[in-house]
Amino acid sequence: MESTEPLLVIDDLAVEFRTDEGVVKAVDGASFSVGRGEIVGVVGESGSGKSVTAMSILGLVKSGRRAGGTIRFRGRDLATLPAKELRAIRGAEIAMIFQDPMTALNPVVTVGRQIVEALKLHDKKLSKAAARDRAIELLALVGMPDAAARFKQYPHEFSGGMRQRAMIAMAIANGPSLLIADEPTTALDVTIQAQVLDLLKVAQQETQAATLLITHDLGVVAELADRVVVMYAGRVVEQGDVTTVFTEPRHPYTVGLLESLPRLDRDVDELHPIPGSPPSLLAPPPGCPFHPRCPLARDRCRTERPQPRVVGAGHQSACHFAAELAAVHTEVTR
Amino acid sequence: MTVETAAADRLDRLGEEVLRVDDLTMHFPIRGGLLRRPVGAVRAVDGVSFALDQGETLSLVGESGCGKSTTGRMVVRLLEPTSGRILYRGNDLATMSEDELRPWRSKTQIVFQDPYASLSPRMTVHDIVAEPLRVQGKYRQGGADRVSELLDLVGLQPEHANRYAHEFSGGQRQRIGIARALALDPELLVLDEPVSALDVSIQAQVVNKLRELQRRLGLAYLFISHDLSIVRHVSHRIAVMYLGVIVETGTRDEIFAAPQHPYTQALLSAVPVPDPRLRGARERITLTGDVPNPANPPSGCRFRTRCWKAQAKCAEEVPALEDRLGAGHPSACHFPELLPVLPGAAS
Repeated sequence: MESTEPLLVIDDLAVEFRTDEGVVKAVDGASFSVGRGEIVGVVGESGSGKSVTAMSILGLVKSGRRAGGTIRFRGRDLATLPAKELRAIRGAEIAMIFQDPMTALNPVVTVGRQIVEALKLHDKKLSKAAARDRAIELLALVGMPDAAARFKQYPHEFSGGMRQRAMIAMAIANGPSLLIADEPTTALDVTIQAQVLDLLKVAQQETQAATLLITHDLGVVAELADRVVVMYAGRVVEQGDVTTVFTEPRHPYTVGLLESLPRLDRDVDELHPIPGSPPSLLAPPPGCPFHPRCPLARDRCRTERPQPRVVGAGHQSACHFAAELAAVHTEVTR
Repeated sequence: MTVETAAADRLDRLGEEVLRVDDLTMHFPIRGGLLRRPVGAVRAVDGVSFALDQGETLSLVGESGCGKSTTGRMVVRLLEPTSGRILYRGNDLATMSEDELRPWRSKTQIVFQDPYASLSPRMTVHDIVAEPLRVQGKYRQGGADRVSELLDLVGLQPEHANRYAHEFSGGQRQRIGIARALALDPELLVLDEPVSALDVSIQAQVVNKLRELQRRLGLAYLFISHDLSIVRHVSHRIAVMYLGVIVETGTRDEIFAAPQHPYTQALLSAVPVPDPRLRGARERITLTGDVPNPANPPSGCRFRTRCWKAQAKCAEEVPALEDRLGAGHPSACHFPELLPVLPGAAS
């Protein structure tokens, strides 16, 4: 059954971890969707729940427990799918790109064979020769010089940037309709990061896959994403079209993030940091999780949890006083 | 002596040269064979020179393996240089013995990148900050007051003193590291990626604190970072490093508005800018390949294997760091040209 809803719909997702000190609500009622072919950036700082959300999609959160909500892919709830069907989706319809390519590549198997295996796993009828040709084609596509020779090499013979390419080749091998990239450029040097960003664009154009881009780097999102989802303390605080959110933010946390950033492209006299630090997820503050750090906070914020509300076309903010921010944003984007 | 009286002395000497590094090299031996004899060397730093004034921030920028951190560690003599001079107010620290170094150690201090690894988990905040005072025999006279003063200076509360480092967030730990570095009234701080491990909102707090401390105390900063946006924000002058050498150096405006070395241009063009409206409007120079092995750097210009302008001369002749364009700042390129790569930089 092909539904008319977006490719991926995350609805009121909650994920908990049990620790010695209590239950950590890593994701606490997050909702957003990814349309076909769309690039959605999920941004947030450490502990915002962005990575846990991404890992939940493929059921890769080991010690955590899905405490509520649904993740629907092509209209089917992934949590209730039989293991066999979920395996068929992983690596074929939904593929992952990790921060560290060595977590995705097997060190004792040649890169070529790993791509061939990925291809044959989801297409049993593929001949050996055809799989080999396709693998070399994929390596060439991701900009691997001398792809045929590289096919026979092991991951340790590759530089960091080349491993990243090999991993992306493997991720797009089966023509996924959704790519999940978890901090794909973090820890890379600037010049290598630029190569990987170009490559993600190539991969996206080649496969027409929707991409869920998880990152803490607002620059990467500005460069690549169509839409952006801002997470804080396990919740989605703002989402919308990337230009709108960056130029007309309607949540004080987003405003704070943008004002905290030193800029490469212009002089900033003084950075305006967000005071304090993110809350403990063991005992999140009542009401709005951002209120202890928020310049707009008042009584209502301390008691009533703000729900996401539409503040513009395709633009949502979970702030009681989103309307007041309309006046402030010019300061940020001037 | 309180923080402010020591600062008054430094503030009188703003602009006076405090550090001059001259042709500094660090070659780490590679040992091999049965007898572990040296069979080669990683030339982590290979002839670096710069100067730093009181009250000034000089940033060393570059990617992993460019030698920026190794340079910083030599300046505070955590590493003994292979050759070259480290002139601290005219005194060469490079060749001093441990005993000779001791009085100078308090003048130059370092703050490390990882606030999780650089603070002892077994010591209270008070003891961490007091340790340099104890080592130098300065704790007996008013040490406890001094610690309170330092905690206040970096924006921590007095009641934090009896807690352990693990009870603090990353940003607070970095403040503890800064308080420790300031304990002995240094004139120069080496800041080695001091905010790289911190989240954006916290990063800004620490950056602001560092700038405030510099203004109040007249400190000189050698700021080591791979993050060009932060470097633009904090620096007076910048030296861009690649594979153990400085390829371009100048004031902040010279480097950001008028970069002339291809590597500087590539770096500046590669950083994603958090403004979706600029997407596609910037020309990005994408370098091919990776940084070569510093044990076996390319002949001539070290950047030539990744440079789109490389010619025969680049393989034969090492380009000196000089002002070939008469642009006011030097670069180490045989074929430099002014190419403003940032939006709004053309002038």
